[in-house]
Amino acid sequence: MIIENLRSIGHRIVNAVWRIGYASRFFMLILLYSGVSFRRFHLIIKEIFSSGVMSLIIILVAGLFVGMVLGLQGYETLKRYGAESALGSLVALSLVRELGPVLAALLFASRAGSAMTAEIGLMKATDQISAMALMAINPIARLVAPRFWAGVISVPLLAALFSVMGVFGGYLVGVVLIGVDQGSFWSQMQSGVDFRYDIVNGMIKSAVFGVVVTVIALFEGYVAPPTAEGVSGATTRTVVQSSLAILFLDFILTAFMFQGE
Amino acid sequence: MSSQTLVEIRDVNFGYDSRLILKGANLTFPKGKVIAVMGGSGSGKTTLLQLIAGALKPSSGYVKVDGQVIHKLDHKDLFRMRRRMGMLFQFGALFTDLSVYDNVAFQMREHTDLPEEIIRDLVLMKLHAVGLRGTEHLMPVELSGGMARRVALARTIALDPTLIMYDEPFTGLDPISLSVVANLIRRLNDALGATSVVVTHDVRESLKIVDYIYFIADGVVAAEGTPDEIRASDKPFVHQFMHGEMDGPVPFHFPTGDYRQDLNLRP
Amino acid sequence: MTRTTLDLWVGIFVVAGFAALTVLALKVGNLSTYNTSETYQLQAYFSNIGGLKSQASIKSSGVLIGRVSQISLDSERFEAKVTMLIDKRYQFPKDTFANILTSGLLGEQYIGLMPGGDEKFLKAGDEIKKTQSAMVLEDLIGKFLYSKAEDSN
Repeated sequence: MIIENLRSIGHRIVNAVWRIGYASRFFMLILLYSGVSFRRFHLIIKEIFSSGVMSLIIILVAGLFVGMVLGLQGYETLKRYGAESALGSLVALSLVRELGPVLAALLFASRAGSAMTAEIGLMKATDQISAMALMAINPIARLVAPRFWAGVISVPLLAALFSVMGVFGGYLVGVVLIGVDQGSFWSQMQSGVDFRYDIVNGMIKSAVFGVVVTVIALFEGYVAPPTAEGVSGATTRTVVQSSLAILFLDFILTAFMFQGE
Repeated sequence: MSSQTLVEIRDVNFGYDSRLILKGANLTFPKGKVIAVMGGSGSGKTTLLQLIAGALKPSSGYVKVDGQVIHKLDHKDLFRMRRRMGMLFQFGALFTDLSVYDNVAFQMREHTDLPEEIIRDLVLMKLHAVGLRGTEHLMPVELSGGMARRVALARTIALDPTLIMYDEPFTGLDPISLSVVANLIRRLNDALGATSVVVTHDVRESLKIVDYIYFIADGVVAAEGTPDEIRASDKPFVHQFMHGEMDGPVPFHFPTGDYRQDLNLRP
Repeated sequence: MTRTTLDLWVGIFVVAGFAALTVLALKVGNLSTYNTSETYQLQAYFSNIGGLKSQASIKSSGVLIGRVSQISLDSERFEAKVTMLIDKRYQFPKDTFANILTSGLLGEQYIGLMPGGDEKFLKAGDEIKKTQSAMVLEDLIGKFLYSKAEDSN
């Protein structure tokens, strides 16, 4: 019994390592065959539409509400120390450093990543990928690489939009509703947020998340068993794995980027 | 090997894991002919097509297409070889995100630098050949099963391949669509001067259109011949297959232990 | 959807994204206050910098004129060496006084420059000789208690 359990644990570990290796090779292949995507840029544009543009509404609405909540909660806490004027700085820093990149990537993973997995998985299940390979067209170059680059381009832009909507939401609640002084809201924000340190690092974060989410989504679709259960399992795995990967990498990147001076 | 042979399959063994699917299969496809490869489900017919296309590698033996051993070609030469092949998948495998027009134009755009006006004319010609001119703007989901199969056929012949492979082209079609597709296979083969391989288990329809038939069972060629020879054959396997009998050389029951023992019955 | 409307939407998306980045950089962040190419460097030694951080502002008469670029401990003098980047538009006399100040009771610390009366100006790479360290709250309280004790005596 124990040996059997151990064996099944070992098998799962070996399997996980095998998948990581295969996914890394898949990532390398995407980079290797990216030339076609850039020579025919309309392929990427089409995918930016279906992943980036289609995620716009959820990103904008979520950003607005997150910013409003930050404004409300931040105000309640800062009021105790008589530091309401720091509200702008608090809202902007939270959004630009953490919430913008992380939440935009999480929303992108569940909105566009799962769709990518399902699309690629179904294409495989209906022989479209084999058909393409037998037409002497590399499916990774033609199908996978444009989606990858579309994701890598879209996620940082979505994160920036998320942050701006969040700042606007914080402004709405803090300044318009509660009545924090407008001048100190903006000036505290500007003196608190550093362009290179906070904004550029936030953008680097979200670019990394974009790479990770799209690679996971495309890989899961590409290796999904060609059945209905296979594809539905793969979309679930995409959302779970990319969410965990985003949060884990966020910790690692934060530790690297925002260590004290 | 004569210059009249396009595909030569010699002593090919192939298996997944330890289970052998092909055990020394020998087949020869002459140029210009329509050849049927028949056999029960799971007898390795589709595997055979994938070996010809170079998607799989034989464990031993070789597959030669136009004098070249497929599994020894490098990536570039294999892709060059595949451009001369067309493959029609079981359910068509049309690209569901592209319109009928873009599906047929797909290979022309990927592999040639033809201007869009010429591609347009070529697409209309191919669609006309399968009788579906006027459907260019439709999406694959808007087509019936038989129409989708014919669009896929138009896409398969888009670059005038020398070898056309059909994987179960008759599955799930009504009798009218079925005979339309069958006649198209024959007519397109003769019009293009191509060689066609039809993997199927539909005996009656294929006997009408093909020149030569291979029966595959247990990983080897169990019987072969022209349609007339097959009709006259008295081999029990061919007889069972032709008449769709339930039991015979291909047993009805999955090979397993004694039934009575499984039910715990004492004799 | 035809290709042209699709392109339009993607264009809107990309433009909006870059606009958001610009807003972040200029309105939310402090990029507008950077003037990277037109600065010169000055150094100053402090015996205690308190909570001063790099990128802290440098002000004169309350006007932002530069930023702290680097803080390190000089191992020969055992004092904090603060490197500052000052906007080229502003020149300061040689006997300028550098103070570490706090904005408000609990706010950020910054360096305040008080110009002296010297005829010569500080050049790039020069050192500000006259400095005053940060007010450390513990020291202040200590001094206060000490003077109280003296008073009562």
